[in-house]
Amino acid sequence: MAAPRSAVLNKQQREALVDPLFNNNPIALQVLGICSALAVTTKLETALVMSAALTAVLCGSNVAVSLIRNYIPSSIRIVVQLTIIASLVIITDQVLKAFLFDVSKQLSVFVGLIITNCIVMGRAEAYAMQNGPVLSFFDAVGNSLGYSLVLIIVAFFRELLGGGKLLGVQLLPLYTEGGWYNPNGLMVLAPGAFFIIGFLIWGLRTWKPEQVEAY
Amino acid sequence: MLEHLLSIAVTAIFVENMALAFFLGMCSFLAVSKKVETAIGLGFAVIFVLGITCPLNQLIYANLLAEGALSWVSADLATVDLSFLTFLSFIGTIAAMVQIVEMTLDRYSPQLYNALGVFLPLIAVNCAILGASLFMVERDYTFVESVVYGIGNGIGWLLAVVALAALREKLRYSNVPPGLRGLGITFVLTGLMAIGFMAFAGIQL
Repeated sequence: MAAPRSAVLNKQQREALVDPLFNNNPIALQVLGICSALAVTTKLETALVMSAALTAVLCGSNVAVSLIRNYIPSSIRIVVQLTIIASLVIITDQVLKAFLFDVSKQLSVFVGLIITNCIVMGRAEAYAMQNGPVLSFFDAVGNSLGYSLVLIIVAFFRELLGGGKLLGVQLLPLYTEGGWYNPNGLMVLAPGAFFIIGFLIWGLRTWKPEQVEAY
Repeated sequence: MLEHLLSIAVTAIFVENMALAFFLGMCSFLAVSKKVETAIGLGFAVIFVLGITCPLNQLIYANLLAEGALSWVSADLATVDLSFLTFLSFIGTIAAMVQIVEMTLDRYSPQLYNALGVFLPLIAVNCAILGASLFMVERDYTFVESVVYGIGNGIGWLLAVVALAALREKLRYSNVPPGLRGLGITFVLTGLMAIGFMAFAGIQL
């Protein structure tokens, strides 16, 4: 984070914001929210929209859950959390349909699946139920950024190697159109996503060896 | 008719496998695939819940939520479109069904209940369940089709998770580079399995 901002945020808030980026990444370490991370990353554009949608839902749900955390009876907390999340997802879905109809068509059921995205449930359960709304908000932003980071990296490689494009702009001229690049069809298909995310985790854990698992 | 249903089932199990082609239910897929036994337990629980919730959600959507669906109540309601409530009612149904299934099993078949253990409640947030219901709406399945689709998806998920668990049990004897151990190699394995399942692509009955 930039130096002047650190004066605004205290240490706890900064940790909640920055920690999920590399040290405790929701996808690479907590193993949360993988379904959508893989499915929407064939193109950079859908990945960006999906990241924005998840950020909106996660911030809203974390703050809302944290605000009413002392009034939720623990026996029905899952239902309460699900209702809050589902309502936020409905709003997000309607907004996407109204303003970004083409992208929302491509995302198909995956916007709805934010409801069962474990990041949202997991952060509500693990963080927002124990912390105040401001801290929960920073935690939400941090985790969304960690999620978006992985999504954007995966989508970047899949779109560039799979079709020679980025955001729909042809960067590597295809040989079918007189250029030199032979698109790698594997990247567009499901296995490509698994490989890229696997290697991404490999890279991250080589850089931060304390995240390595036992076997 | 029967051929059509069979084709839906084969497509759901092999060609468009929930876990390997649509990445659904990945979180629990990776979490429970360390041992074959637990993988089988969760797999059957998923089949069970999918087989119930998918047709149930079909009934709810077709009779209450879809545009003009309420016309059976009165002619005035023929223009009402409640489809924006889809997500909320589907997740409600699923959570409620999982709870009911859990209590019924506890009462009438404690053996199965103990075998499934902690995995039953976890199913409520398994995206394969909600995903199947949402795909079912997108593809306009009828009631019978949704039964077949639900159960087929469950079987496909079971196959994938058991296969991965078996591979991971063997993996303990291999020398994996440190950074790739655990989650990393599991992703690569899943990718290889997805390539295997792609061999089924294009099968039409």
